[in-house]
Amino acid sequence: MKPHEDRIADHVKQIPRSGIRDFFELVQGRDDVISLGVGEPDFAAPWHIREAAIFSLEKGQTSYTSNLGLLSLRESISEYVEGQFDVRYDAKTEILVTVGVSEALDLVCRAMLNPGDEVIYHEPCYVSYNPSIALAYGVAVGVQTKVEDEFVLKAVDVAAKITDKTRMILLNFPTNPTGAVEPLEELEKIAALAIEHDLIVVSDEIYSELLYGGESGMERGEHVSIASLPGMKERTILLHGFSKAFAMTGFRLGYSCAPHALTEAMMKIHQYSMLCAPIMSQNAAVEALKNGAGEVEKMRRAYARRRNLLLNSFEKMGVPCFSPGGAFYAFPDIRKFGLSSKEFALRLLEEENVAVVPGDAFGAAGEGCVRACYATAFDQLEIALERIANFVGRL
Amino acid sequence: MDALLELLEKNARLTTADMAVRLGKSPEEIESMAAELESQGTILGYHAVIDRDKTDDDRVSALIEVKLTPERDGGFDRLAKRIAKFGQVTSCYLMSGGYDLAVIVEGNDLKEVAQFVSEKLSTLDGVVSTATHFQLKVYKQSGFLAADTHEDERLPVTP
Repeated sequence: MKPHEDRIADHVKQIPRSGIRDFFELVQGRDDVISLGVGEPDFAAPWHIREAAIFSLEKGQTSYTSNLGLLSLRESISEYVEGQFDVRYDAKTEILVTVGVSEALDLVCRAMLNPGDEVIYHEPCYVSYNPSIALAYGVAVGVQTKVEDEFVLKAVDVAAKITDKTRMILLNFPTNPTGAVEPLEELEKIAALAIEHDLIVVSDEIYSELLYGGESGMERGEHVSIASLPGMKERTILLHGFSKAFAMTGFRLGYSCAPHALTEAMMKIHQYSMLCAPIMSQNAAVEALKNGAGEVEKMRRAYARRRNLLLNSFEKMGVPCFSPGGAFYAFPDIRKFGLSSKEFALRLLEEENVAVVPGDAFGAAGEGCVRACYATAFDQLEIALERIANFVGRL
Repeated sequence: MDALLELLEKNARLTTADMAVRLGKSPEEIESMAAELESQGTILGYHAVIDRDKTDDDRVSALIEVKLTPERDGGFDRLAKRIAKFGQVTSCYLMSGGYDLAVIVEGNDLKEVAQFVSEKLSTLDGVVSTATHFQLKVYKQSGFLAADTHEDERLPVTP
């Protein structure tokens, strides 16, 4: 019998093991670890949202829904997106409800790419971008963003990577893992490039509610979606979901907003692979959009306070860290300690029982930094930061 | 100011330095904001939220619905303020709906509360009727759930 390894498809074999997975295994099984390594809120979904999911089950709503998702949900999404992003999408033809943004991204890649087509994305980035493109036989073309630029994506760097094979530009602002926010002027230049070269922009805006404005980050910052820029709605696939702002990661619910023909193509795959997103999650999401704004803002302010603590502590311990405008991550620069980000994270874990994620897990451009998630209870965060201070004090 | 109130409402024991870090302000700014909130009476006081079931204290608490005859000048205010001054009254609110005042009363035992209602409250001129509801169990008070433990069940490292 052939070894099973030889039966795995080539393009799957070529995908490297996730750096996150390696690190996860090291952390798991250790006691007393405070983890700043998570990529999700520490809050449970607000009770009124959980209660709506329970009520949906009580009513016996356990069936499939339309492939596109419940119309009532798509209508709520349409209204919400218009309020949030200032772009209007037709609930019947331009919105697809998916199992998280991850599924939506997979659908985009599979629906839009022919083998060898290139997708430009920015690093460091969420770990699934590169594999999602590769699994759709596309070619992922990374643009490195730099700590010196506060991880802003420079349009000139994007322009340099455009070839006649480029089909899409994939954006994620605010960014996981850096917390970076794209300034409007660069966003406009990227939009101009997309128009000039007739490219589609895929914009993952999952963290768009979590923006820290004003002097101390306590005010909600303003988000500009590239879809709202002139001439961009017709060439943008906007991805959003409920995981981060509404603390609903386990509900697995996201959506895409895109021109009808593109939505149809994505739906074709979705109907055969997923059929539809779970109905109780969809019902919970209707409630989230209807009545969740207050809770979202409350959580955002809690993150803002923690962000202030984190930045203040890093400054005190002499760890350079730019002030991240969004999401719930900080991406401190640890190069001055002379360790690789992996060594830094490993030793911090072994010596002080604090988990942060090595920056290179998010692409080579993340080397020299670590990702510290501040979606962790305040008192835990305080202890973790004391431990980090002890650790860097010894380096 | 609102951000500071939000913090204090949840935990009034934070030090000025703690609050300054959380809100990204200087300790001096926090001090002056807090002083202003206190002097203008926005902050009435600070207290601990205690789950009495966890103490040896057998004190009882009752919600009393009170109906009043409004007065020509000042409506309910004079009488409500008079009721609120009793030491046994911990809270007193003017309500819409079927009765006028909601009065929360605490006492060492049932008898003490009953006595307060029959001797002090219901004998006041202007009090038309009272209905006393004794509190049996606390599930949530002042924003805190009793016996609430939320375990962090997230995976330790996720993308």
